[in-house]
Amino acid sequence: MTDTAALSSLSVQLLYLSCGAFLLAAVVVLWRRQLAAIVRVFALQGVALAGIVAVLAVEQRSLELALLAVGVLALRAIGLPWLVRRAMPAAGPARETSPLVNVAASLLAAAVLTLLAYAVAQPLITLSPSPVTRAVPVGLTVVLVGFFVLITRRRAVSQVIGFLLIDNGITAAAFLTTAEVPLIVELGVSLDVLFAVLVLQVLTTRMQAAFGDTDLDDLTELRDT
Amino acid sequence: MTGVLVAALQVVVVAGGSPLLVGAMRQVRARLEGRAGPGVAQPWRDLRKLLRKEPLTPRGTTEVFRLAPVLLMATTLVVAAVVPFLTNATPLGPVADLFAVVALLSLGAVALALAGIDTGTAFGGMGASREVTIIALVEPTLLVAIFALSVRVGSTNLGDIVTSTLHDPALVISPVSLLAALAFAVAIIAETGRLPVDNPATHLELTMVHEAMVLEYAGPDLALVEWASAMRLAVFLGLLANLFAPWGIASLAGPLPVAVAVAALAGKVAVLGLALAVGEVFMAKLRLFRVPELLAGSFLLALLAVAASYFLA
Repeated sequence: MTDTAALSSLSVQLLYLSCGAFLLAAVVVLWRRQLAAIVRVFALQGVALAGIVAVLAVEQRSLELALLAVGVLALRAIGLPWLVRRAMPAAGPARETSPLVNVAASLLAAAVLTLLAYAVAQPLITLSPSPVTRAVPVGLTVVLVGFFVLITRRRAVSQVIGFLLIDNGITAAAFLTTAEVPLIVELGVSLDVLFAVLVLQVLTTRMQAAFGDTDLDDLTELRDT
Repeated sequence: MTGVLVAALQVVVVAGGSPLLVGAMRQVRARLEGRAGPGVAQPWRDLRKLLRKEPLTPRGTTEVFRLAPVLLMATTLVVAAVVPFLTNATPLGPVADLFAVVALLSLGAVALALAGIDTGTAFGGMGASREVTIIALVEPTLLVAIFALSVRVGSTNLGDIVTSTLHDPALVISPVSLLAALAFAVAIIAETGRLPVDNPATHLELTMVHEAMVLEYAGPDLALVEWASAMRLAVFLGLLANLFAPWGIASLAGPLPVAVAVAALAGKVAVLGLALAVGEVFMAKLRLFRVPELLAGSFLLALLAVAASYFLA
């Protein structure tokens, strides 16, 4: 378990600040319609996630965590947004025009999801109450918001971002609950995500070529002919 | 005794400074848009001109129409006297409760909306209907955003909130404060009718909200409405400044701390006002049907701030 007795109040402040930015980024993804803006916000969320890991690394004087922070920054703030952006010019209109749930309602749904995550995380926090584990609901909220984006958005690019939000949330929850995510596990997960995005990018391009659009509803019209 | 003096000074500063704030914001916009601009003191000259005219009310209007400007002004003055602007220990401190202050500010807005309906004109009713739609969405955001700050203090008194932030400056960069500040700022923009929600510079029938309600006012009544609106803007910006960055406020009585507090308040409100004016130059008005989306977003931010004050504290 994390050695929280040594956690100074400044690092707790910085940790909570990163968690706040992390959560805010997820909300803004729901809020904005421009796909380019959504990808930019996702990159900022990667920076916030790297910030969480960096604070933990400094606090535990762990080189492994510091390396992980750099890795998270490189992959989630630079690499993945770059890949998603590359898929975009081909991916039709630059806006999420008609999500299944309108934006105002999805923002209110996000409020409900936050409270749900808080309620669900209570048993986890009581296992070992500490300033770090108390931030776990933030990770869970981002997972739930990611699911919500995945369910309600119709553009391929926003769905990819929803998938990546889930992964960001899981990573944040992992770093906040465990003392150290082993380097090899985090590397494996990162590689997995990278490949998933590469495959989705190819898929998006193929969809664009086949339908001239990336509205995923078109996929329901596939038939054996 | 000194407390009463400081409260009176707060009212004088807000009443005297708010037209200058509006003038400075218009001047900044004019310069950025490449116009010469009328000068910072223009709102004061307008008020003087309007106050000298004879009072006129349209035929068929009732007392509601005549009382609304007075009520709007009175509620704004009370709020200006009780809110911790210059000192966190005003004699009316116990009244400076979060719910009382927000209720007083909404009372003024509702009075004006009723006056808009009372005129019986199409524009008055339309403006009132839009204003009420916006108020209904803004009030919860204002309440919840300040409530997020009061959770960690354990009191809904604005003076106590300011004092606790003053004693523990690290609270300012906590996610609770930042989320609440963001929500509060969006709510202020909507409530005072600034750009993405309402354009204060036009009288375009399709889009106006605040201007549609006050279209029938003339002379001293119009001056009162305009002045009170400017004061509301100053009060809201002052609240934002002092709740989230209370430095410079006088905790001791005495001429010097109070003078410093006046300068600090004027500086903070001026910076916020100018930032708002610069932002407005680069923004287009939001479609009316997109406004609820913006306000739902700010409500969510406020709610997240409250949630964060419970789980990240």
